[in-house]
Amino acid sequence: MVASACRGHFLRLAGRETGAAAHRADVVSTNRGPVPRVKSVPPRTRLPAPRFTISRRVLDNGLRVLLVPDRSAPVVGITVVYDVGIRSEPQGRTGFAHLFEHLMFQGSRHLEKMAHARYVQSSGGSFNGSTHIDYTEYHEALPSNALERGLFLEADRMAGPQLTDENVTNQIAVVKEEIRVNVMNRPYGGFPWLYLPGVMYETFANAHNGYGDFVDLEAATKADASTFFRSYYAPSNAVLCVAGDLDLDETWAMVERHFGPLPARRTPRRPAFGEPRPDAERRGTVRDLHAPMPAVALGYRLPDSKGLGRAYLAHALLAEVLADGDASRLWRALVQGAGLVTEASAYVGEFGDPFEERDPVLMTISAFYPDLAARDRVVNGIDAELQRVATDGLAAGELDRVRTRLVASLLRGLDASMDRAATLAKFELVHGRAELVAEAPALLSAVTDADVIDAAAALADQHRAVLDLVPGGDE
Amino acid sequence: MRPDFTGVPELAPLRAPRALDVAERRLRNGLSVLAVRRTGVPLAEIRLRVPFGSTAPSHAARAALLADCVLAGTEQRDRVGFAEALQRYGASLSTSADADRLGFSGSALTTRLADLLDLLAEALTSAAYPARDVARERDRLVERLTIARAQPGVLAHEALGRRMWGDHPYARDLARPEAVSRVSAAQLRALHGERVLPRGASLVVVGSLAPQKALDEVERALGGWRGRPVARPLPQLPTAPALPVQLLDRPGSVQSAMRLGGPALPRAHPDAPALQVANLVFGGNFSSRWVSNIREDKGYTYSPRSSISHHVLGSVFIAAADVATEVTAPALMETTYELSRMATLPVTADELESARHYAVGSLALGTSTQAGLASTLSQLAGVGLGPQFLAEQPHRLNAVSVDDVQRVAAEYLAPAGVLTVVVGDATQVAAPLGRLARLDEG
Repeated sequence: MVASACRGHFLRLAGRETGAAAHRADVVSTNRGPVPRVKSVPPRTRLPAPRFTISRRVLDNGLRVLLVPDRSAPVVGITVVYDVGIRSEPQGRTGFAHLFEHLMFQGSRHLEKMAHARYVQSSGGSFNGSTHIDYTEYHEALPSNALERGLFLEADRMAGPQLTDENVTNQIAVVKEEIRVNVMNRPYGGFPWLYLPGVMYETFANAHNGYGDFVDLEAATKADASTFFRSYYAPSNAVLCVAGDLDLDETWAMVERHFGPLPARRTPRRPAFGEPRPDAERRGTVRDLHAPMPAVALGYRLPDSKGLGRAYLAHALLAEVLADGDASRLWRALVQGAGLVTEASAYVGEFGDPFEERDPVLMTISAFYPDLAARDRVVNGIDAELQRVATDGLAAGELDRVRTRLVASLLRGLDASMDRAATLAKFELVHGRAELVAEAPALLSAVTDADVIDAAAALADQHRAVLDLVPGGDE
Repeated sequence: MRPDFTGVPELAPLRAPRALDVAERRLRNGLSVLAVRRTGVPLAEIRLRVPFGSTAPSHAARAALLADCVLAGTEQRDRVGFAEALQRYGASLSTSADADRLGFSGSALTTRLADLLDLLAEALTSAAYPARDVARERDRLVERLTIARAQPGVLAHEALGRRMWGDHPYARDLARPEAVSRVSAAQLRALHGERVLPRGASLVVVGSLAPQKALDEVERALGGWRGRPVARPLPQLPTAPALPVQLLDRPGSVQSAMRLGGPALPRAHPDAPALQVANLVFGGNFSSRWVSNIREDKGYTYSPRSSISHHVLGSVFIAAADVATEVTAPALMETTYELSRMATLPVTADELESARHYAVGSLALGTSTQAGLASTLSQLAGVGLGPQFLAEQPHRLNAVSVDDVQRVAAEYLAPAGVLTVVVGDATQVAAPLGRLARLDEG
């Protein structure tokens, strides 16, 4: 029931480390090897890769299913991701994907309102959902004795939520309170993720506010919800992943029992959301009643994320070079050095996850700074650091350092069976191959200094989006 | 739960978690170390708690700044060098301070655990507090605290602490920006020398590792950390007084931050599991009475939640909700109603059973990861409990009866025994709230 994950230093809605794991082919295979070495790259720290076994099937109704056993602790994670997110919202219905996510907890074919929560929690589990740019995910973390119950609950709402006027009205009110607490009533709420796309992009799909305008939310109806469900929540538009303490044969039988009977429905065609890059720098300003100091966010367009190629991943590593803490370029220059900035961050993907969006993807560099008069020096300082990477390159060992830490953080994000299920499902849905998770360390290892230098040069040369946050109310 | 006709599958027999593979050692310098094997990803997690309570009025500010500076360079390397080393090990290391302790929390590739421990030892024994870095961090901390204090939830939480604990250090653990701005590098060095010492501290290491070997690594790396702090026990927590609802004005606020709180039972108390159940039935999870009422039925709020948190000197029950300004009074009325029900009427057998399962399951889930297990064990160590608590707690929860829940709820959840703070737009909420309760404004 959270809208999204955000990685800014002051905002944190649902954040989760990214990454995950393994396999290939149709039935079962195992990833157990060391990271492939890449030719023509000097020896470096050997990076561990995530290890697990994925068993995969596609049900007759088109539902893609991944089972990932790990019997080390008596818990399971269940994730269902649907291929619909903020970008697919209808015009005039901003925030609808997220509102609909809430409605998926309001009762389903066999269950009344609140029953989902009651069944999960009385089984000792927890649950949530979140709405992203390109997908919507639902999950349960459960003691493994509740596995079949969890599968039933997800199948029951895939069959159809109970949509009533009363539930729609109630959840519009709840979502408005969510927006008030996360955006309107706190400093830096929604900055920059709610506003930067509106500066960078021109098409409705990419540019609009994903939490939604109150006017649009209040106009939403039960009929809108029915249409949205019919359009996007077909089994063939979803991926189910179960990870943790499970027996493969038993679990396949449970999956068939609960999801197998769901009728096949038309799979929506996902439009390409690409749009031309800007031909001039774009600027926007947001005023923040509660913020005690200004901030600035710079948005850049990236190469296509498809296949997680070197040119794309080089930006994820560049972001770490720029802003991964005290050893990073922006922190050394602007926080420790000039003292202009109190927090700097750089990340790929609007919620800080480089693996969760299809083209177009933004890279964001942001800085919080105390003195509004220093605003141009802050932006010039960021530009200078980008230019320095583009012209002088990286220090010896710099890329290896940030890569090692990035891989370690991917691994850390895979330890909980819940997170493993969510990551594998996401990779399967967004990138078409869950096995890319296990390959991620090798893909990152293939990125060279030259790739990162090219990435920095590409950012320095492009027409970007600039969003200023100014403290204080409306002018 | 009631038998149902919905086709919801029954639960299979519960599989108990495997017994922990644990090794413990108390080093000669007084540091208690716990190492636990938890296979999973090839990482190791560390958690260090150093007792850090103090009655000095300036302590919260000094402790907060010390936490921000203790990793900002040592005698051997500057802050950039320190941060680069962490990156090379695939490691992270962060610090935090509260009224009880200074905490270090880190992780690294398993193959680099020894390197991470060496870095930790370096910071513990030779943090340099360079004047220039301290000055920078001081400015940044002042900014961060200023931002924190722009958040209604932070203001409400602090005000509730003052209501409950008066002038006790527990009520002052969020540093004030103006106090931070007066802290010097010399004061940090002095505080480090007096208090960042091994006796009484506890370290937890969890990961894909051999526990005895990990203890040896810890002893090798941290055996040279020496010193005995002067014992400075904090005074007991005062008994919370009975006070009117406090309303703090935040003009233009589109929501009111409501916080209710009072004393609770420490983890080891025989009635603590019953109170845990009572909290869960009231507002401790999504299917609880309070959440069902003010969120799912009324739509007043997004994230109401009640919790019990445990500190060295005592435990506390807190119910928190951010509600739309125009429904502030009705939300408080419903909250009082739900607390009153807890205090005067028994919970149902179904509610007890659900809460019990939830408590047992969330303990299993929370300790199923390396990071979760490390944090849980460290918190337990902080209140003097060992890893056997994890094995015993499900049995303690299973023994709780409906009567037990009613008895402790009557004592700890009764509206007459909790204190209430509301941060919101007084011009809009004072009059309606004033019809429900006597108010202290300001």
